[in-house]
Amino acid sequence: MNTESRTLRETWGERAAETITLPAIRLMYWSIRRELWESRSIYIAPLSAAGVFFLGFLLSIFHLPAEMRQAAGLDPMHQREPIAMPYNIAAGLLMLTAIVVGVFYSLDALQGERRDRSIFFWKSLPISDRTVVLSKASIPILLLPLLTFGITFLLQLLMLLISSAVLLISGGDVAMLWTLLSFGRMSLLLLYHLVTVHGVSVAPIYGWLLFVSGWAPRAAFLWAVLPPLAIGTLEKIVFGTSSFAAMIADRVGGGGREAWTTPGTVPMDPTTHITLGHFLISPGVWIGLGVTAIFLIAAVRLRRNQGPM
Amino acid sequence: MPVITAHGLRKRFGNTVALDGIDLRIEEGRIVGLIGPNGAGKTTALHAIMGLIPYEGELNVLGRDPWQERDQLVRDVSFIADVAVLPRWIRVSQVLDYIAGVHARFDPSKAEAFLARTAIRRESRVKELSKGMIAQLHLALAMAIDARLLVLDEPTLGLDILFRKQFYDSLLNDYFDGGRTIVVTTNQVDEIQDVLTDLMFIHRGRIVFECSMEAFDARFWEVKVHAEGTAAARALKPIHERQALGRSILLFDGTDREQLAKLGDVRRPSVADVFLAVIGNDSEGARK
Repeated sequence: MNTESRTLRETWGERAAETITLPAIRLMYWSIRRELWESRSIYIAPLSAAGVFFLGFLLSIFHLPAEMRQAAGLDPMHQREPIAMPYNIAAGLLMLTAIVVGVFYSLDALQGERRDRSIFFWKSLPISDRTVVLSKASIPILLLPLLTFGITFLLQLLMLLISSAVLLISGGDVAMLWTLLSFGRMSLLLLYHLVTVHGVSVAPIYGWLLFVSGWAPRAAFLWAVLPPLAIGTLEKIVFGTSSFAAMIADRVGGGGREAWTTPGTVPMDPTTHITLGHFLISPGVWIGLGVTAIFLIAAVRLRRNQGPM
Repeated sequence: MPVITAHGLRKRFGNTVALDGIDLRIEEGRIVGLIGPNGAGKTTALHAIMGLIPYEGELNVLGRDPWQERDQLVRDVSFIADVAVLPRWIRVSQVLDYIAGVHARFDPSKAEAFLARTAIRRESRVKELSKGMIAQLHLALAMAIDARLLVLDEPTLGLDILFRKQFYDSLLNDYFDGGRTIVVTTNQVDEIQDVLTDLMFIHRGRIVFECSMEAFDARFWEVKVHAEGTAAARALKPIHERQALGRSILLFDGTDREQLAKLGDVRRPSVADVFLAVIGNDSEGARK
């Protein structure tokens, strides 16, 4: 560097020292708010799904006293299943909604701003590519699971309170409903399941989708799906095995199996045992987080280097 | 003190050379017009200055390397990259809140005061605004940032003349002071002639002409030559000659006005006249 630019740097350096550096948490907060402004489906879709399910639940509520009487006659081992069914379906529906929203959000997250050229505007503001990519990654990995929990919790609580009222009026067994369901433990398990499986285990998939979104010139969905499909097919042809496909399927479908025991039950079943220690030491979890980090670092680099389409 | 210095700034996109070794120096307190035909490298140069693209050569903006330090640099630089980059889904109130959230030098009350003089409503989304209103909004945002350098890339493209005039009036009256520097590219040269303090012509990735407006007014004269004076006028080496209604119009650089007055009607040329002459000569030179 020549003398002139060194002097310049010093002079402006003094000024830069006056510049208030905003705390990273504040930048992250506004970045996430920005994402929620742009992609309102993040909360509208789960709320709508919850609303539709709730209507269905209300329409079927008059069956409840009969179901309770029927359940009372069952073997205690199988009493819970019919009673817990609507709660499980509600949770499942909201999880599915969150996954669909998360996938489409991730595919558009870094492509949308290049498509409409607004990336020029965002890049004219003092916020780093790293903060932007992290805020976008935190939506499917962190925010959606927590939001799904919050909405499911409220929906299930409402269902439980209305069911209790109906049983009280019809002279049913309210205590049996609460005992069988064990709502507190069910909610705790739901939260645990959402964080470990829908957050941590699936994170590399979202990392991949964000990477594709930052890279793909167009048709992000195809670019996200076709390469893994090609790898799987190639493996099958060359080696006659399908370990890659199995690995992906495990991440998508049954990932985070290490997080609980008691196979054959839904994760919210109160008899499920949390095996957090086992989950935290299983290499698959950490390999997955490592892969997520690699995809996100690549996405940061892409955002830095790429202009609009 | 220079705000921007560049030495041998180069940028290549595949086989296309967008910037072919630019040297420039822009001092504090200037309003510089970077003027060039389409594809001359104007936007590429501004993108390099804003740290949006990597480049070869040396570039220093406010003492920083733009490519390495973009997010620190843009604390002190405002940028309007033509009219169409504000995200269409965002509400006026949201964009104000967001910038106030992430930019320490943004004063929302300044932006509000400017917007109060327009028909823009806070609850509107950008996509509901007209082109002119979007430009007003973007200007309001850029002016509310206490920046040392404002970079404008075709800020009034596609706007009608009323909006264009208002845009530059606001810029001069409400924003500019000696401590700030503005770099603007545009095709509407004549309209901003009075706004600028300095001119730079860029052609095929090179700076082909540089001049302050004061020097410009003293240097250039255009003479509508009397028929009998044509030969004498040509002997004074005009930089450009054109014909209009049967008379020759010659453009001179640095020739004495008194001397020219004897040859015909002398008038001060517009920036566009000189631009056409300089770019025309540069293109011809390249062909030979």
